[in-house]
Amino acid sequence: MSGLMEYNGSAIVAMAGENCVGIASDTRHGIRQLQTVSCNRQKTFQVTDQCYVGLSGLATDVQTVSQLLNFRMKLFTLREERKMQPRMIGNMIASMLYEKRFGPYFTEPVVAGLDGEHKPYLCTFDFIGCLSTAEDFVVSGTTAEQLFGVCESFWRPGMNKDELFETLSQCLLSAADRDCLAGWGGVVHIITPDEIITKKLKGRMD
Amino acid sequence: MAAVEEPQDYLDVLQSHRGGFSFENCKRNAYLASQVAIKPPTAMKSGTTICGIQLKDVVILAADTRSTCGPMVADKNCEKLHFIAKNVYCAGAGTAADLQHTTEMMESQMELLRMATGTQPRVCTVVRRLSSMLFKYQGYVGCALVLGGVDVTGPHLFQIYPHGSTDKLPFTSMGSGSLAAMAILEAEYNENLSVEEGKKLVAKAIRAGIFNDLGSGSNVDVCVITKDVGGTILRNFEKPNERKFRAKHAAFPIGTTPIMKQEITKLVSVEEDVVMRD
Repeated sequence: MSGLMEYNGSAIVAMAGENCVGIASDTRHGIRQLQTVSCNRQKTFQVTDQCYVGLSGLATDVQTVSQLLNFRMKLFTLREERKMQPRMIGNMIASMLYEKRFGPYFTEPVVAGLDGEHKPYLCTFDFIGCLSTAEDFVVSGTTAEQLFGVCESFWRPGMNKDELFETLSQCLLSAADRDCLAGWGGVVHIITPDEIITKKLKGRMD
Repeated sequence: MAAVEEPQDYLDVLQSHRGGFSFENCKRNAYLASQVAIKPPTAMKSGTTICGIQLKDVVILAADTRSTCGPMVADKNCEKLHFIAKNVYCAGAGTAADLQHTTEMMESQMELLRMATGTQPRVCTVVRRLSSMLFKYQGYVGCALVLGGVDVTGPHLFQIYPHGSTDKLPFTSMGSGSLAAMAILEAEYNENLSVEEGKKLVAKAIRAGIFNDLGSGSNVDVCVITKDVGGTILRNFEKPNERKFRAKHAAFPIGTTPIMKQEITKLVSVEEDVVMRD
């Protein structure tokens, strides 16, 4: 496999719990299988108080899109004097990506957030902006296949924030162990109605 | 050719992108492709079974609910029946992003048309606009549609290909499972069917696609469009592929995962005073 989506490697997963939502990513930034440049790469970005966007794919586009998002969010708050709801953020990202349908950014975003009623919102995109929402979990990156497998069996409805953290991080770590392009530590954000819990995971460094 | 104005800052770039596609990454992507020797990544497709039938004064559409990304099932229960107007719906096969955005664009165009003319949009209007748009993009916008609706002139069922050709047919199917679905429709379609019989027929056709085509799967969605009620989507009309097991094992004990650092950000709600601005 040699493609721009597999150039830097990434694993991103988000899951819904009871009145909470979590998003986790690995931290490797590498160049194919040849070299690992760093192991504290940021791949999840806070866009509003209770909404995170995870960006997998080509690292240069991950940074560009995160900056573009930041710009759009600030412009929106200045113009409208309110915060965007996760559903809106999802639709915005979909149209941002689809605008570049014929010259795309090589990144597949994931949105995880709590809406006004503290209900979890999860959605994922392909790199040209096909939005698909999910009630349970969403995955993205080079580890997507492995993540689908573990999440499908470990996710359960109605998890509290601690259960959600354990499930999310176990899924991420075991999936990333089977992907040589991703891993090297992980970050998990748990979003609850009154706090954001960020934990750095101790992962395998090989 | 019109002169291309060089954008001065990011606001200019944003302004120049109001509507239409942006090609600003094309050169860069071509360069990257030449440097990295890549194959283009696979976009989400709906390797699909969709079909539609036209009866006396009703049109019935149906679709499966699997979307795929290469051999991987990307979504087990996606929606392939799209709203265009109260009396016009369509079922889509092809590139998922193109379908989503093309139908959304058509929905807004039809709503604007409805408000401007004060009349219900006609099916042929939607078909003409879609086929002109798809023809303009020479098939690069990968939408294969089965479009149905009921307007002042009666029920209509159309088929639209990605290159912009259209057909008006009494029954049709599209997508990778179209052969399986068509086999059922050819054998059992009759224009005198009742609505209930029609729903059963399209569901059977989609089921043929679900079980015989690997690109199609999961559930059956049905949409019935009548003159009086307009369209109603019967989401998951049939669920022939329910999950056969549920996880019964205990949850991970708290503290299973070793962590290195933890940060907790408390969120507080701030009641701001209302400030009047001019």
